[in-house]
Amino acid sequence: MKEQSTSVASLERQLKKHSKAAKLEVWGRVVSFSALVLIVAVVVAIIGFVASKGIATFTTNHVSLWDFLTGKNWNPGIKDAHGKPEVGALSMIVGSFLITILSALIATPFAIGTAVFMNEISPNRGAKILRPVTELLVGIPSVVYGFIGLSVVVPFTRSVFGGSGFGILSGTFVLFVMVLPTVTSMSADALRAVPRFYREASLALGATQWQTIYKVVLRAATPGLMTAVVFGMARAFGEALAVQMVIGNAALMPHSLVDPAATLTSVLTTGIGNTVMGSLQNNALWSLALVLLLMSLVFNLIVRLIGRKGRLQ
Amino acid sequence: MFVNNDVQTNANDMLERHIVQPNDPQHPIVLATEDLHVFYGKSEALFEGDLQFAQNQITALIGPSGSGKSTYLRSLNRMNDRIATVKGRIMYRGVDVNQPDIDVYEMRRRIGMVFQRPNPFAKSIYDNVAFALRLRGVTGKKKLDELVEVSLRQAALWDQVKDDLGRSALGLSGGQAQRLCIARAIALKPDILLLDEPASALDPVSTSQLEDTLLKLKEQYTIIIVTHNMQQAARISEYTAFFNQGRVLEYDTTSHIFTNPRVQITSDYVSGNFG
Amino acid sequence: MHKAKLQNKIAIGSLYGISGLVVLILVALLGYILVSGLPQLSWHFLTAPAKAFLKGGGVGVQLFNSFYLLILAMLISFPIALGAAIYLYEYAKDNWVTSAVRTAIEILSSLPSVVVGLFGFLFFVVKLRLGFSILSGAFALTFFNLPLLTRSIEDSLRTVSENQREGGLALGLSRWETVNKIILPAAVPSILTGVILSAGRVFGEAAALIYTAGQSAPALNFADWNPFNISSPLNPMRPAETLAVHIWKINSEGIMPDAKAISSGSSAVLVIAILLFNFAARYLGKRLYKRLTSA
Repeated sequence: MKEQSTSVASLERQLKKHSKAAKLEVWGRVVSFSALVLIVAVVVAIIGFVASKGIATFTTNHVSLWDFLTGKNWNPGIKDAHGKPEVGALSMIVGSFLITILSALIATPFAIGTAVFMNEISPNRGAKILRPVTELLVGIPSVVYGFIGLSVVVPFTRSVFGGSGFGILSGTFVLFVMVLPTVTSMSADALRAVPRFYREASLALGATQWQTIYKVVLRAATPGLMTAVVFGMARAFGEALAVQMVIGNAALMPHSLVDPAATLTSVLTTGIGNTVMGSLQNNALWSLALVLLLMSLVFNLIVRLIGRKGRLQ
Repeated sequence: MFVNNDVQTNANDMLERHIVQPNDPQHPIVLATEDLHVFYGKSEALFEGDLQFAQNQITALIGPSGSGKSTYLRSLNRMNDRIATVKGRIMYRGVDVNQPDIDVYEMRRRIGMVFQRPNPFAKSIYDNVAFALRLRGVTGKKKLDELVEVSLRQAALWDQVKDDLGRSALGLSGGQAQRLCIARAIALKPDILLLDEPASALDPVSTSQLEDTLLKLKEQYTIIIVTHNMQQAARISEYTAFFNQGRVLEYDTTSHIFTNPRVQITSDYVSGNFG
Repeated sequence: MHKAKLQNKIAIGSLYGISGLVVLILVALLGYILVSGLPQLSWHFLTAPAKAFLKGGGVGVQLFNSFYLLILAMLISFPIALGAAIYLYEYAKDNWVTSAVRTAIEILSSLPSVVVGLFGFLFFVVKLRLGFSILSGAFALTFFNLPLLTRSIEDSLRTVSENQREGGLALGLSRWETVNKIILPAAVPSILTGVILSAGRVFGEAAALIYTAGQSAPALNFADWNPFNISSPLNPMRPAETLAVHIWKINSEGIMPDAKAISSGSSAVLVIAILLFNFAARYLGKRLYKRLTSA
């Protein structure tokens, strides 16, 4: 009896010893968790730094937020008649929104149409040609789009619509081609997620293929399609170099689509290197970056809202 | 009146239980659960399962699906720790292993497990068996070779694979893969082997080979097996526990359960009237 | 009924038209890049240093910089992304903290790369005084790369069946050992595909680099591989214009007489590199998978 109780005690000791596996487990958790913390820290740091720099225009230089958002003149180095610096960002904000909305408006029907084609009408050709090509084009660097914009789109706009060729219109064309593969490939994913029996049930009820596509498939995929379009818009809004190369970079209120204009990103890319850290000119640029950052948060939020609504349905 | 009475009897049947714990000095108890309850979130999946398992014997856990038998089995070596809350005591040779300060990794080396679907790793046949040994400090090619061969022989797989131990284990047939998983488990020389419906994905020939293997393995290991297949339970096990709706309703020697069940529902189940 | 059929015909016809047009645009795009760019390519073009005011410069230094930055950025970002993906998929509980972390990663992935570049400028170039350098650029690219790489590795972990994890745990391995010795080896083909595809993205990125790695490419002495020498290709503290930045730079400044030819050639090199990355990813992924599963 005594012998048995000592053997139980020794087994218990063995089972309660911290094994090598248990030590490795603790180590693994700490290591992998630190990596995750690092990423979160990066996100927080980016938002924190850009925000603190971006609000300096308003806190340190005492520019009114209202003037910044609605002012039409952008000359941070010059003071206007009232002795206030000219830091009206409206022209760039309008420029950014215009090219984003216009390019999304053109790209959406093309992208969804192509996605429908490769998923519903000709899945064979879709899988063999269209899908790999669109996926490949998603990876083409934006400077290449910018260069083609400069050497093909700008001369084309100039000869067809007049003007210098640089402007909102050229920017819209370049962004249209640039977001097209992204939106197409995401739309195709959304359509692929619609269960097969939806289509079969509809066709069995005597609906034509188009009726099935329009009333059943597209409707069921609406949240996914909307997400695709919003993603495309976010990419267009944040694109810097390709737009900067073709838009003409004149921080003026756009009066026509073929006059040189500017976007938040184009002014940022050209300006940051030419201003002195801490000066009003520089702070004003950081405020533009902050607007850009906030808009990307807004796009993110929209995608989330769509996702939530999609799940509720 | 009659109808009422009938319902009453049925309700009584539900609670009627017959538990006979093994009592054979040749085969002492190595594992026992006391007052075991398992919860998934707030819902209780296992209400009580108080069983004792005899050394070097095969105990079969049978019952309809959803009866809690797999939940019970997976609680024994705490494979359910992340998804379920297990309350009660799991006495392994006198030590309660369901305590937070128990090193589950050391415990699982002593209480091994084989699953329903064969799950060989994406490694060579040799490495499938050798790799956990290496991680636990077994080194030396000779030693490893020997352990791999012994384990594969015990799992009755050696003759079929001895010439291509370097081949990927993912190319094995279902029956072979399941034997490999058994070899992998016994390479660590566990004390108890838990098997969760190990033959349910296998064809009849592989199943019968597997049963032969288990009968040989019980000379060295204590085996607890969940099975859907009552003939299998009858063929290989010494003891059988019948689970229904999260409770053990009957536990006795296998011959008793299949020839002379005391509980009505057990009788219905083993005679194929329900489940 | 008749009307529905007619409508069907018109609609399907227009869909053919639309997709035809899209294919045309995409093919024209690729075609233009290759047709205008391929004739520019030569050994001289790929290896010679650039000339600022004269014709006949090459992109040798820029090409080297692109690869050097790519490798550094991948070396920094891969372990971090791997660790984060492992924690998220294997350890994280399904609660609000995890969901907040996922949101943060999503935000990082949707930030415009110019914002990431500006942050890199502010933090590494100015605050940490690294200047316009390979190192600053590599960190900016890391931030740009982390969210997508993390997600792609997490997806790769998801492709490995849960029963492999159970198998490892049942042998008394810790979850960490199970992941490292069983799950990761099985997920290698898929992880590799994700890594190569993300490498393609990093290779072509410019906006995050113009204010971090800089816009100049000082001549390099390719005989000097001591990373502490200023003209050594390996020196991480030198400014390093990449191929993508080069295309932007010469088109924005336009002082190089053959800027267009150089841009065409550089664009073709970029696109071919991306094509190669894509094919390599598909081919290697498939091959490794085959090797892993077959006899």
